[in-house]
Amino acid sequence: MLPELGHFALVLALVLAGLQAFFGIVGPALARDRWVAATTSAVAGQFVMVATAVGILVYAFVNFDFSVLYVAENSNSALPLMYRVAALWGAHEGSLLLWIFLLAVWTLAVAIAARNLPERFAARVLGVLGVLSFGFLLFTLATSDPFRRLLPAAVDGRDLNPLLQDPGLAVHPPVLYTGYVGLAVAFSFACAAMLEGRMDPDWARWTRPWTTAAWAFLTCGITLGSWWSYYTLGWGGYWEWDPVENASFMPWLVATALIHSLAVTEKRGLFKSWTLLLAILAFSLSLLGTFLVRSGVLVSVHSFAADPSRGRFILAFLGLVIGGALALYAWRAPLLKSNVGFDLLSRESFLLFNNILLVVAAATVLGGTLAPLIADTFGQPSLSVGPPYFRPTFLLAMIPLLLLLSVGVHANWKRGRLEAAARPLLITFVVAAVLGAAVVFGAYGGRHALAIIGIGIGSWIILSSLLDPLDRLRRRLSLSRAVLGMTLAHIGIAVAVIALTGVESYTNESDIALAAGMSAQVGGYDFKLIGTEPIEGANYSAIRATVIVSRNGQAITTLYPESRTFWVQQQTRKVAGIYNRYGTDLFIALGDNLGAGRWSFRAQIRPLITLLWLGPLFMALGGALALSDRRYRMARATARAGVTGGARGEAY
Amino acid sequence: MTPQRRKRLYLVLGIVVGVGIATALALSSFRENVTFYFIPTEVAAGAVHGDQSFRLGGMVTTGSVHRVPGSLQVSFLVTDFKHDVPVTYTGVLPDLFREGQGVTVHGRLDGKGVLVADEVLAKHDEKYMPPKIAGTAPVSRGGS
Repeated sequence: MLPELGHFALVLALVLAGLQAFFGIVGPALARDRWVAATTSAVAGQFVMVATAVGILVYAFVNFDFSVLYVAENSNSALPLMYRVAALWGAHEGSLLLWIFLLAVWTLAVAIAARNLPERFAARVLGVLGVLSFGFLLFTLATSDPFRRLLPAAVDGRDLNPLLQDPGLAVHPPVLYTGYVGLAVAFSFACAAMLEGRMDPDWARWTRPWTTAAWAFLTCGITLGSWWSYYTLGWGGYWEWDPVENASFMPWLVATALIHSLAVTEKRGLFKSWTLLLAILAFSLSLLGTFLVRSGVLVSVHSFAADPSRGRFILAFLGLVIGGALALYAWRAPLLKSNVGFDLLSRESFLLFNNILLVVAAATVLGGTLAPLIADTFGQPSLSVGPPYFRPTFLLAMIPLLLLLSVGVHANWKRGRLEAAARPLLITFVVAAVLGAAVVFGAYGGRHALAIIGIGIGSWIILSSLLDPLDRLRRRLSLSRAVLGMTLAHIGIAVAVIALTGVESYTNESDIALAAGMSAQVGGYDFKLIGTEPIEGANYSAIRATVIVSRNGQAITTLYPESRTFWVQQQTRKVAGIYNRYGTDLFIALGDNLGAGRWSFRAQIRPLITLLWLGPLFMALGGALALSDRRYRMARATARAGVTGGARGEAY
Repeated sequence: MTPQRRKRLYLVLGIVVGVGIATALALSSFRENVTFYFIPTEVAAGAVHGDQSFRLGGMVTTGSVHRVPGSLQVSFLVTDFKHDVPVTYTGVLPDLFREGQGVTVHGRLDGKGVLVADEVLAKHDEKYMPPKIAGTAPVSRGGS
């Protein structure tokens, strides 16, 4: 009975999303204030219905209701509780429901915060969000109903994909999706502005915190995914330029451009139509990502089973949303001209170059991701585009971007005067270059020119970003959270750059064959196999190896890499043994029984990899800090009072 | 030309030149770094030129996996049920590498028509068949 109620709740949610879209978009257009007011009620109703559906599906998972097909396919009576809940997003139907639920959460949050916005504008934002909810709900009900019954019920379930039975993967999809879906809010703010045909002077200030929040979630989500693949896939990789990784990375690049262009729009009223375009692009890329993952058109680690009807539906929805938004843009953007000038070396210019480089980077990633599809479509030989293409092209856009970042943070709005900052910039540049060379030659042996550049650039960004905040502290001036957040995020990207440089240039890896008592040397560390033993987990059997790692005869740690075979699907998954020593990971994964008492292992020494997870964390925390800045709360208070303010706030 | 316009002209010129260079470099890098993807029938038909590296997709022939006991070197046949290509690989195989299942291998042909692999990928799905043989593609990695 309950699953039918869940299905019914989704149908009601669809109707309410339709009403939300209708009232929100048509109400303001026809100036019907009652319709406008009804939008919020539709939002609340839709949220309750979607939450009910999610609750019912979780209940079915927790209580082993194998008469629901989706539960039977993705759960099992031996599956621990935590993974029974996480199994909700273990496959296509549930992930889609999660997507819809998160969209409903964002929409509800917007509706609550929008009580302080002009009524008609808020209704338009909610209306556009309603269109998106409607599309996804229709998609779910038409092609991917998670409540489909399995009659007679299965005796036991087919179990959750063993790769997903991991704490890292339990949290990665919700966080990533929260970021993906959050970009829909920026998209809706952009569409609402275009529907109004004018951009309120406070528009950018309203949009910024939402965009920053979505971006911060996206940053965390991508990093969690990378971290998970690093320690569970058994090959020790953290980024392979896989199509699905790219699908999450492209919206991130464009969202990064968007939060910078929003700064210009807020502070100077410039780049208005460009900001709108970026908001459309960022969300379009996140929809495109969904299409690529769900339709199975691309070959990837993450693709779910292909279903052409789903692919066609998403493609049509994608065309409708992107096409509609771009048509609206072509029609309305010319109304939003701004005629303010700025100098070549002003902050505006630097942010413009930041935007161009980020969009170019996103475009090269998009090109490489879609090339195999395009080649197939035109009957060319099948291609595979991998790291050899992505790495150099991506660096090409990133190196100038990072160099400009160090200088750009010191540029003033409007005026192109950099003289005051020239001396400290030069000094920090020299210090950073010396530091880069010292680290490379001193600590690791100077084999890589790129390593000096990477560590040099990273150090320069850190030093240069700290100049202004330290100067303000010394003069006992206040520091706004926005400036602190920006500084922290910039330091985060620098930390990530340094980490990437270290990992890429100085990783030592080797596949080795060991028998008990034997040892092998990798990157100056000795890995000695003590032995292997079978062990039993909650729903798997495993082989666990005991490996002692030592350096110069000094034992450092004992690692226990495992190879787990899950009972139901008879699938094997590795759990690497990892020990972190001063930011360097000593990594060992257990391979196969080679016969003759030997086992294969993959051993890796990855310097600085800890920083690779810390950098993005700093970025996300920086975003969180910036969006808690008081001027966003002030903006709400003034908007409520009906005052439209000019440039208030700090120099940032 | 007013100074304002001149500045804007420089800016636009700079952007055009920059984006142009980036596009040119991306395209040339693309041409040099793209890998072709073949199935055994295409390899048998001579699609591979010289020591060009490429990806081979197919199924691991049942009973063809051989290993010298205790060594990391393994050999197996990749088939599309019309032709076979022998493969050798030294290293850790991915978790889902199994006889009778789909696999993608990257490497070069040696003089005797044996593919010397530097990377072996297998799909996290027992129903997987490589593209051209069926429809979808690979997932778990083992490379060196």
